[in-house]
Amino acid sequence: MKNNQRAKFNLGRLLQDNIVPVMFIVICIICFPMSGYSPTYLLNELVTRMGRNTFLVLSLLIPVMAGLGMNFAMTLGAMAGQIGLILVSDWQIWGIPGIILAMIISIPISILFGIFCGNLLNKAKGREMITSYIIAFFMNGVYQLIVLFMMGPIIPIIHDTLKLPRGYGIRNTVSLLNMRQHLDNLLAINVAGIKIPVLTFLIIGVLCLVIVWFRRTKLGQDMRAVAQDMEVARNAGINVDRTRIIAIVMSTVLAGFGMIIYLQNLGNFPTYSAHTQIGTFSIAALLVGGASVEKASISNAFLGVFLFHLMFIMAPAAGTAVTGDSMIGEYFRTFVSYGVITVALIMYEARKRRTRSATSHLLALAQQEEEARAK
Amino acid sequence: MENNNAPLLEMRNIKKDFFGNQVLTDINLTLQAGEVLGLVGENGAGKSTLMKILFGMDVIRETGGYEGEVLIDGQEVKFSDPFDALAAGIGMVHQEFSLIPGFTAAENILLNREPTKKGIVSEAFGPRLNTLDYKEIQERSAKAIDKMGVKISGDMVISDMPVGHKQFTEIARELSKENLKLLILDEPTAVLTEKEAEALLQSIRNMAAQGISVIFITHRLQEILSVCDKVVIMRDGYVVKDSPASELDVPEITRWMVGRNVESAHAAEARELPDARTILSIRKLWVDMPGEIVRNVDLDIKEGEILGIGGLAGQGKLGIPNGIMGLYEAGGTVEFDGKPIPLNNPRACLSASLAFVSEDRRGVGLLLDESLEWNVAFSAMQIQNKFLRNFGLFKWRDDGAIRAVTNKYIDELKIKCTGSRQKAKELSGGNQQKVCLAKAFALEPRFLFVAEPTRGIDVGAKALVLEALKRFNREFGVTVVVISSELEELRQTCDRIAIVSGGKIAGILPASESSEAFGTLMVSQVV
Repeated sequence: MKNNQRAKFNLGRLLQDNIVPVMFIVICIICFPMSGYSPTYLLNELVTRMGRNTFLVLSLLIPVMAGLGMNFAMTLGAMAGQIGLILVSDWQIWGIPGIILAMIISIPISILFGIFCGNLLNKAKGREMITSYIIAFFMNGVYQLIVLFMMGPIIPIIHDTLKLPRGYGIRNTVSLLNMRQHLDNLLAINVAGIKIPVLTFLIIGVLCLVIVWFRRTKLGQDMRAVAQDMEVARNAGINVDRTRIIAIVMSTVLAGFGMIIYLQNLGNFPTYSAHTQIGTFSIAALLVGGASVEKASISNAFLGVFLFHLMFIMAPAAGTAVTGDSMIGEYFRTFVSYGVITVALIMYEARKRRTRSATSHLLALAQQEEEARAK
Repeated sequence: MENNNAPLLEMRNIKKDFFGNQVLTDINLTLQAGEVLGLVGENGAGKSTLMKILFGMDVIRETGGYEGEVLIDGQEVKFSDPFDALAAGIGMVHQEFSLIPGFTAAENILLNREPTKKGIVSEAFGPRLNTLDYKEIQERSAKAIDKMGVKISGDMVISDMPVGHKQFTEIARELSKENLKLLILDEPTAVLTEKEAEALLQSIRNMAAQGISVIFITHRLQEILSVCDKVVIMRDGYVVKDSPASELDVPEITRWMVGRNVESAHAAEARELPDARTILSIRKLWVDMPGEIVRNVDLDIKEGEILGIGGLAGQGKLGIPNGIMGLYEAGGTVEFDGKPIPLNNPRACLSASLAFVSEDRRGVGLLLDESLEWNVAFSAMQIQNKFLRNFGLFKWRDDGAIRAVTNKYIDELKIKCTGSRQKAKELSGGNQQKVCLAKAFALEPRFLFVAEPTRGIDVGAKALVLEALKRFNREFGVTVVVISSELEELRQTCDRIAIVSGGKIAGILPASESSEAFGTLMVSQVV
């Protein structure tokens, strides 16, 4: 009986389960003619943005696998990456060596942040997402303390161009002009007017392979077990808390790398706000790709980044064409990000409830069947 | 080398009490290698506690440990946690499944003991980054499944499995441990169909033939006789019978299980109410409550009687009131006083003058952080607007009336407390139970469900609670349904007793009927 129900192909159910990606595809199809962009321009923009953002979004996958949900605290990794970049630009180590050095500097900071965050999340089991969201706000204060007050007097900053006029603290914008798109331009090729940053995509490809490999390791298996049932995993002798902390540390370190890749593409960053919304946008992108709080794959990440940015490229132009106001695009961006996260979270709960009432339904059916047999 | 003659397991003079409440007294048992021991007894007889001691469970240590000795191969052992027991070759399959739902059978069988392959990364970062050897996982789990003599695909995902296969997967996990010498099965057949149970029994025989000893706990007595070498019967924390299975039969086991001193087990003042009309009629009720089965229950309850519902754990006795009162999803028809009661709607039930004292005191029954006054008056305030002063636009709590009624019940039920303002969580279990009763009494219902009123409370409080229920029934003519695992207390309190077995009503007998007759009903349709 159960199998019958599953075998029946249910289009309505399929749409319902993938409402978020479907909604985005529809919006993109509507926006495309209105925006008036050429396919070449669109593709060029898309390729650039996918190279810029995909690594960040991929850094979210491991906590989902370990049952921690969406890691809003990936912002902590972004902060670590930014600290690395500030130091490197002060030491004036530019280009690829600078990028690599910034990554190396970010690792210990990310690990420290990750251990801290993981420990807090272990004390708030079952409420990881809201906790990580608040941790990100709280750590923003710590980041400001380091960058605004400690850089200068405690952490030596040599160059005045980086410092605020008062003599300590970092200026509002850090210029990365000398490493701008160095990663993207190395090995870049041009296909029919579209610039493809091959090296960046190679790095992303390597990360994907690492994630695939990681799923097959003992640690990956432990994380999947912990995600599904902490009690059973603990009874089997798995150190649940430690496993969860490792998942967060990995995510934080990867987010740090992702942030450096993201910022080298942009070429400068606002010191005190670059990281603030990166978590929200990355999570929204992943959810747009069809991921849920408990299941997210590499293809979700790619599809999500693709659709999310396709819309962001077209929405301002489409908005301007319809309303005559160019601000509508920026408004749309924030509105949609938060909207998507809200819808995805509600959908997740609704689906759980639906499965529960389905079991009751089966019970009633079984009783009817039994009665029929008795007659 | 005298150890060669020592039995695999010997338990000597095991004693255990929970905060002064003696649950095990002088338990002795021995088990040879390759022997199958059947452990039977009513709920609360102490079977589970005994097994928890053997398996080194945390609860035992947290509640003050135990007295006596456990010997394995002639050596005394003291397990400080289940992992010690596992290391000593003891495996246990618990009543609740302990499986990862999204994993395959093979992955579950070797959970956290997966065979792995080394790689370059793991050399640098430690063995947790070894990759899994899926082929080896398949082979080792298949070997464990083979030991039972059943056919289960290792690739099947747990959540898609019928319960029987889940049970086999659990056992296979224990069997895959190389050093396994003794396997404890706690009611493994409770969730199985007849065919699956037969396969399980066969696999127990296979295991025994390979030299693995098995302790088999079940309520299906026929199974005990067909598979066990010896039977140990427990009652009230004592071993009352320990003999080879060949010397026993089902009626005899039943008698040993439930039969207390026949003299003391008197069905006090059981009344017959032939003229009473039916006040609650239940038809085709099903309830979806975890760990309980309720299916196709038909039951008529007469006005003014005390009806007992008894039966073994998980057979559906708790599901019935929880389903009717709307705490778990239910279906079927329930008519109260001629009018249908909507299911899945707790408020409607309460408004119709039904009340329920839940078995889950701390979760459902009480507002733990609030005062006794609030606890007693809360439902009455919410449902019946009692203890409220109406000022037209708004209502005000009538604290004076609330205090008066709380004090009345504190006196009547002899609730031990410092005053009506004390918080509910500060009371002992027995007194909390009395508060739950007071809360239901304050509703002044016409019909009262009471689930497990004496669970976890001492003898003195027990008598008081049962007495209060009886008085409530006699003085106000309230119909009471008592759900309890303890047959004796039902026989002392009720007029008629319905026995639930396999989710259905197996039969209704007057309380004066012999314990044996009830025992037979209890195991009649166990699924």
